[in-house]
Amino acid sequence: MEYIISAPKKISIGIKELWSYKELFYFFTWRDIKVKYKQAMFGFAWAILQPLVTMLIFTFLGNMLSIPSDNIPYPVFAYSGLMLWTMFSSAVTNAGNSMVTSSNIIKKIYFPRLIIPVSSILVAAFDFIMAFIVFIGLLIYFNIEVSVFKVICFVPISVIITIIASFGLGSFLASLNVKYRDFKYIIPFFVQSLMFLTPVIYPVSVLKYQWAKYLMAVNPMSGAIDLTRNAIINNSLNLDCFLISVVSAIIIFFVGLFYFRKTEAYFADIA
Amino acid sequence: MKPIIEIQGIGKKYKLRGQEMPYLTIREALLGKNKNKVKNEFWALKDISFDVFQGESIGIIGKNGAGKSTLLKILSKITPPTEGRIIARGRVASLLEVGTGFHPELTGIENIYLNGSILGLKKAEIKKKLDQIIDFSGVEKFIDTPLKHYSSGMQLRLAFAVAAHLEPEILIVDEVLAVGDAEFQKKSLGKMEEVAKQGRTVLFVSHNLSAVKTLCRRGVLLNNGVTEVVGEISDVVDRYKHNINQILKTINTDYGVFDLKNHKNKIYDKNYGMQKVTTYCDGKVSEKMYSGCNFKFVVNIKDKEIKNKILFGFVIKDSEGESFIGINNKHKGIELISDNNEKEITVEIQSLPIYRNEVFFVDLFLGEINCNYDVITEAFQFEIEAVDIYESSNLIDLRYNKVVVKEINFYLDEK
Repeated sequence: MEYIISAPKKISIGIKELWSYKELFYFFTWRDIKVKYKQAMFGFAWAILQPLVTMLIFTFLGNMLSIPSDNIPYPVFAYSGLMLWTMFSSAVTNAGNSMVTSSNIIKKIYFPRLIIPVSSILVAAFDFIMAFIVFIGLLIYFNIEVSVFKVICFVPISVIITIIASFGLGSFLASLNVKYRDFKYIIPFFVQSLMFLTPVIYPVSVLKYQWAKYLMAVNPMSGAIDLTRNAIINNSLNLDCFLISVVSAIIIFFVGLFYFRKTEAYFADIA
Repeated sequence: MKPIIEIQGIGKKYKLRGQEMPYLTIREALLGKNKNKVKNEFWALKDISFDVFQGESIGIIGKNGAGKSTLLKILSKITPPTEGRIIARGRVASLLEVGTGFHPELTGIENIYLNGSILGLKKAEIKKKLDQIIDFSGVEKFIDTPLKHYSSGMQLRLAFAVAAHLEPEILIVDEVLAVGDAEFQKKSLGKMEEVAKQGRTVLFVSHNLSAVKTLCRRGVLLNNGVTEVVGEISDVVDRYKHNINQILKTINTDYGVFDLKNHKNKIYDKNYGMQKVTTYCDGKVSEKMYSGCNFKFVVNIKDKEIKNKILFGFVIKDSEGESFIGINNKHKGIELISDNNEKEITVEIQSLPIYRNEVFFVDLFLGEINCNYDVITEAFQFEIEAVDIYESSNLIDLRYNKVVVKEINFYLDEK
């Protein structure tokens, strides 16, 4: 086993090395989940409460402003968007802060740095599973007929799009955060603003112009949420818009990944 | 046979940004504020080359800031070199700290798994060695208790137990032995000797010269980022000691006696306040101390303002300005009252609890409650020789940069 340490030259994803550290992904994710649920008084309920309470607030708001909900009860409509959005926002926020939070570890030991933001995203994915169970409860409570086949096919695709997009954005923000500490304040603000530019609490159909729909589709979360809603509402999915979201997610993924790989060597020097 | 590690012309450059933090604010980046500072470079290491052979233990020594830690960080892949390259032929484990990644909310066992996997152990390996690790740590009773309920000594023992069960071909160890109490140090040093005897390659950074001498056969002396000597450990240690003595000689002419009247940092009226300080090691006037010695200094004072109880304090700092001991007579509940204008204050520490080969600086404060009259920063300095690890009872915990001074006394003599 021979290897060379020198100044970094070319950027690669380093999949082989990541694979050899696969157990560390597990341990970091396991640690975060364990600590999160150990510390919080509500334990696992917390993962459910967050989208649930937000849903109730928006239901109240939705009734007041009479926001359309594509002919399904507004609570179910809002929750279907919020569960994916909560996953995205906590993944991006936690991944974005992860390198700074773990600076004491990265200064003392080497392992592929990507493990840290990826674990934050896996934690958010775990929370999603909890939230999704509640969603099934809501579907039963409101007696909504869905095609189980579509749910099984579409929801995982939405989750994958969310993971890809949040990884790209999260790792990009994580690198920037190490170098420019202002991002600590920018990230929550940015994520919050982005929510209103995503069809979370309103349907895409509120947009009147076709170009506006395309523009919104550039936001990958728009496609992910629309796909999941398609599984429950059964209206025709705008395939163009969906493809735009997928391509956008993939571009964000690679931009984030390469920027992270490009800058990670110096994290220990400046963190 | 090929060397297990070949270090070829390693250099590491840092950009200095003065007192500021190494990271930028967006405003600075946008205004290009950092651009005009790029010239301010600093080579922490320059042209370092040496080979390490299989089964060899190498001690890396040098003053603070000589580049030892930077070299270890490069060898551990934590930070890349700016130039040069290192060829390593074996599994490396680096211990720049014990207990990296420990989480206070997790239990002892959970932390063993987490820390072990961060250090590069596989889950199956940890599982296999779990009983040994718990046994070695001596905290089996609390192993299912969250770490936050552990004392710092217990945390340290648990951390070291995990580290001791790494079985790499190359082990890189930073000053980890400098933490903990004497018993812990003895145990960890013993473990290190064991590792070295098993034919593994060890790179060892320490200020503990006697430990370096017992553990290593070869040594590297770094000085201002370059290798000064590579060779037999005794030669390297001698050269290092020689350098320190050289520095000490240039600092002072009058050994152990420091004039404070004309001190460059004196702001107060030079004819009043603290006038002179004399340092003693085991009762003899000396500027050289050793760990665990009876450390005493006497300050001569000519006073015109203090009306009430005297408040006298001092801070001991290392050459990087990190303070270790900061104490005054009030902390210790000792009252110093005198009507006499000329007096002498003596501070005596029974057993000097600093275990580090280095020059230390002392700030002095004289005044009364809520008011300092005479403050002299870096009023005097002394050197410590970190003598035999097994004998010193009060050891500094470098992790917290804090020293518990057990027996200290302040005396006042009227003249």
